[in-house]
Amino acid sequence: MDLKLSNSNKDGIEIVDVEGEIDVYTAPRLRELLIELVNKKNYQLVVNMEKVEFLDSTGLGVLVGGLKRVRAHDGSLDLVCTQERILKIFRITGLTKVFGIHESVDQAIAARKAEKRLPA
Amino acid sequence: MATVEVTFTPLPVHVRTARLVATAVARRSGVAESLLDEVRLAVGEACSRAVEAHQQHCPGQPIRVSLTDDGEQFQVVVTDAVQGSSERDLPAGASLPAGTGAVGGNGAALGVDFEVPPGGSVPLRLPEDVGLAVIAGLADDVRIAPAGPGTSVTMIWKRRNAAF
Repeated sequence: MDLKLSNSNKDGIEIVDVEGEIDVYTAPRLRELLIELVNKKNYQLVVNMEKVEFLDSTGLGVLVGGLKRVRAHDGSLDLVCTQERILKIFRITGLTKVFGIHESVDQAIAARKAEKRLPA
Repeated sequence: MATVEVTFTPLPVHVRTARLVATAVARRSGVAESLLDEVRLAVGEACSRAVEAHQQHCPGQPIRVSLTDDGEQFQVVVTDAVQGSSERDLPAGASLPAGTGAVGGNGAALGVDFEVPPGGSVPLRLPEDVGLAVIAGLADDVRIAPAGPGTSVTMIWKRRNAAF
């Protein structure tokens, strides 16, 4: 299955819905979207991966690149993922400790808002 | 003799085809359904690495994938034609610590450094050896060796009792 991307704003956080396979062929499209969002000053991102069927290290690289870009602006990039087959590659690479990984978009938004309310 | 052999031109779009073939052959060979995702991901990683190397050094040469089921194990070999590619990744004949994941930690081993100044240049790819580390985390055994002018990445899943 090819890659389908869409994005919407919810409570000031940009939600990126991803469907299909993120691999060496399709990852550049996700990378372009993340760069476009950051260039438009969206620094709070949630990538919803619940409909992702495949993710390889190229896709991981794009997500890490997106995270680095938003962090450069004190932003965040959280993930929504509950699929074991997708989570496995995050575990193998140790990236579960780098990304905030949540069970739903609402949970990701709530976690982001709670973090913003914390005192510096 | 391999059960199935595939050669493809080094284009990213063909990596998906190689993944599909590997998954189909693994399923037919009796590899457990729970391991098929691991075969698919590991073969995809090996092919992606080969495609990237070919595009830089020999875009006209094909990449070869051979899949073999000998009853005891299911083996996939991805062979590139890039001169000296094994020296760039790992010493020839190297064996990766398979089955346990080879990276771990908090991302530092992946070169994930978040000290990026605003407006600074940010690389969007992980280091090249991450793909090999992922393969090592998925297959029971991984071997990298010189093969002709290039390198072969051999991934093995051993049969466990009646099934793999």
